[in-house]
Amino acid sequence: MLVVAVLSGFALAIAAPWLVRLTRGVTGWILALLPFTLALYFSSVVPQIAAGETIGVSYPWVPSLGVNLSLLLDGLSLLFVLLITGIGSVVLVFSGGYLRGHPQLGSFYAYILMFMASMLGLVLADDVLTMFVFWELTSISSYLLIGFKHQEQASRTAALQALLVTSMGGLSLLAGALLLTQVGGAGRISELVHRAAAVHADPLYLPILLLIVGGAFTKSAQFPFQFWLPSAMQAPTPVSAYLHSATMVKAGVYLLARLSPVLGGTDTWFYLLGTVGAITMLMGAYLSLRHTDLKLILAYSTVSVLGLLTMLLGLGTDEAIRAAVTYLLAHALYKGALFLAAGTVDHEAGTRDVSMLRGLRRAMPLTAAAAGIAALSMAGLPPFAGFLGKELLYEAALHTEFRTIWTGAAVLASVFLVAAALIAGVRPFFGRVMEAKQKVHEGPVSLWIGPLLLAILGATVGLLGGVAGQNLLSPAASAIGNRPLQVEGALFHGFTFTLGLSALTLVAGVALFAKGRAVTWLGHLTSSLEQFGPQRGYFKLIDGLNSLARRQTLIFQSGYLRFYVLATMAATLGLVAYPLFASVGVRWPVSFAGLRLYELGLAVLILVAAFGAVQARSMLASVTALGAVGFSVALVFVLFGAPDVAMTQFSVETLIVILFVLVVHRLPHYSVSSSRAVKIRDAVLCTSLGALMTILVLAAAAVPLDPVVSRYYASNSVPGGHGHNIVNVILVDFRALDTLGEITVLAVAAVGVYALLRLRLSAKEEPE
Amino acid sequence: MKSLILSTAARLLMPLMLLFSIFVFTRGHNAPGGGFIGGLVAASAVSLYVVAYNVAAARRLLIMQPHTAIAVGLLIAAGSGILALLRGKPLMTGLWLNPNAAGGSAGIGTPLLFDIGVFLVVFGVTVLIVFTLAED
Repeated sequence: MLVVAVLSGFALAIAAPWLVRLTRGVTGWILALLPFTLALYFSSVVPQIAAGETIGVSYPWVPSLGVNLSLLLDGLSLLFVLLITGIGSVVLVFSGGYLRGHPQLGSFYAYILMFMASMLGLVLADDVLTMFVFWELTSISSYLLIGFKHQEQASRTAALQALLVTSMGGLSLLAGALLLTQVGGAGRISELVHRAAAVHADPLYLPILLLIVGGAFTKSAQFPFQFWLPSAMQAPTPVSAYLHSATMVKAGVYLLARLSPVLGGTDTWFYLLGTVGAITMLMGAYLSLRHTDLKLILAYSTVSVLGLLTMLLGLGTDEAIRAAVTYLLAHALYKGALFLAAGTVDHEAGTRDVSMLRGLRRAMPLTAAAAGIAALSMAGLPPFAGFLGKELLYEAALHTEFRTIWTGAAVLASVFLVAAALIAGVRPFFGRVMEAKQKVHEGPVSLWIGPLLLAILGATVGLLGGVAGQNLLSPAASAIGNRPLQVEGALFHGFTFTLGLSALTLVAGVALFAKGRAVTWLGHLTSSLEQFGPQRGYFKLIDGLNSLARRQTLIFQSGYLRFYVLATMAATLGLVAYPLFASVGVRWPVSFAGLRLYELGLAVLILVAAFGAVQARSMLASVTALGAVGFSVALVFVLFGAPDVAMTQFSVETLIVILFVLVVHRLPHYSVSSSRAVKIRDAVLCTSLGALMTILVLAAAAVPLDPVVSRYYASNSVPGGHGHNIVNVILVDFRALDTLGEITVLAVAAVGVYALLRLRLSAKEEPE
Repeated sequence: MKSLILSTAARLLMPLMLLFSIFVFTRGHNAPGGGFIGGLVAASAVSLYVVAYNVAAARRLLIMQPHTAIAVGLLIAAGSGILALLRGKPLMTGLWLNPNAAGGSAGIGTPLLFDIGVFLVVFGVTVLIVFTLAED
């Protein structure tokens, strides 16, 4: 069932473009049935997982490398799987309304379903390499989705940026995963968990940690890689809601959570994740107030929460893990709702600028309700899920080493997030009605139902915290901690210090929101710092790479065929001659005994023809002479028992002469244009290369061949390949994959020749 | 420039060469020959026609245009390898209908299919290049 769950998404992705054509308008609803069904299925196993069981399957995939397609559903996977399928259903429905009538709606559905399936594979994978494969698939589908509006330069830049940053992290993850399998002696995470002590003690622990964390940090937009996420807001809003708030960016957090029983619990882990997480959390929260674009505010607040989750995983205490899973669930619900509501507002009001949006409450009451509830959850107001998360966050921060730092950072970031929540989720809907360019009204049902559902769910999780805690959050927390952890989910713990902190946060946040100017003033102070940020570093790096490539291309790609031939020959000469003379050594082994007269005659013929080709006064004569060389060489093959090669050589020579003749009449009139010096240089080079090849062949002939390979082919050709012609059996059976590669190269070369010649012809036809 | 001798000879030689290419191809599994050589011989036949007449005439003669031949050939070659996957065997495992065909003739199986693919690709590539060069 797990495999079906993963693969069905890919299958539906392929069918999506056709479905769009068949079922205009309602495709989103139909496609949403798949994630919805999956969500139902996964909900049905909740009691089983909550009881501490796991569901797993494993198939051999690359047995020779010990890679298995292993899927495992435990508490942590289940939480993610439910988020992915649940929010996925909502997003598909929403996309149908948001992109109604878009000409590339089919591709869009295909990309987003592909993404969903990859994401399911990622969180269900139990094998680190399987996980890596799905990890890369999410990067690729994310690239396609961010660049969906591919006519716009900004979209393309953002998509490329996201791809480069996350796939760089992917490579780092791959290296880390391979090292981890080596050190831990197992590819399955569920086995690696038992070898945590050995992994910690290994000298490779630090490299492994840094490499894997590198993957997680790039994916989850942690400092200093946070810049790609706000750029990725170029994507259509449903994509931002799905990938860049609720699911994909959490893949990095998921990876850290998944591997924390294996890698976590050390000082390095604690300081690295704690510090980077805290910095990201503060920076994201602060930057979210610096923007007026609804989506950018939400994007930066997402960065902040991702930092917060990383920090909590770094702290790694019981309380921190409880807080992490609770906050994760709460954030996915309210951020998904807010993003979708932002999309609806943009769609209906025509702008996303929060400094202009006012009083939409009357025109779009349902969207306003959704955004309002979600924003209150984001601000951490009881009884919403966000409140639970924040309480647990403070609790965790207060009970860890260096608690002043963690608590201070958490409170400060939360204050900023409260203000951001009010700006993004509340203010646009209240106040005097704005003067809109168009008549603002509520969107169709597909646009408001999703955000409203998510927002209500967020409130429900808060109110029924006990149920959610016991069934979803406790198993997830236990999987992260690798020890039984109970998440109570109670709203009220008595008048504790954390409750006081929460109240303080709210008051300070509201105050900050009311004094919006203070933020602007602070912004001017820091905006000059931004030009030194990682975003700028990224562009510097890309520009540098491009200019380096341009310069080295100018050196190597002269555009003259003769220089390429010259360079190739000179390089071959050097690379072959050095090892040949340095290590192999050359003997002059030949006795001319047994040389037959016709063999000698053939050799003389070849020499004379070659000389004639060089000395010829016309192109045609030269080509003919070369043909003579070729046919003579084919005769050599005939004489020495290689009829297949000879036949091929004959055909090739014939065709080459024909091709030459066809080319010759296009070339400029034959004339000797090389200077004497150039001629001498060419002659020396060619003669040296010829001499070298002779020596090489002689040296090769002097080495006794181990006949094991040829004997294998000879003895297996008839029983294994059912053919008496060994050459052909090798070509089409034993080494058919090589042949397939070769004919593919041939086809590509033909396309190249065709394109080049056509290009020249059409350029000639159009007078400039 | 038209040459009567050449064009008459081409008209007579071309079917012979094509037949020969098929002959070379079919015997390939047990004697010198095969898809690669067969494809080259067939391409030579078409090239001869191009030299004797022109590209347009040669194009009219072909059932399958060279670029189609390349694509179809690649598909056949790759597809013949994938057939083995459907039978649960590693990619490109040879499957035979009549492995021990009598009289030394080649059996029918995926390697033969693969060789057809090679034939078509080699033929298509060569003819495509000749056509492109000869067309003005």
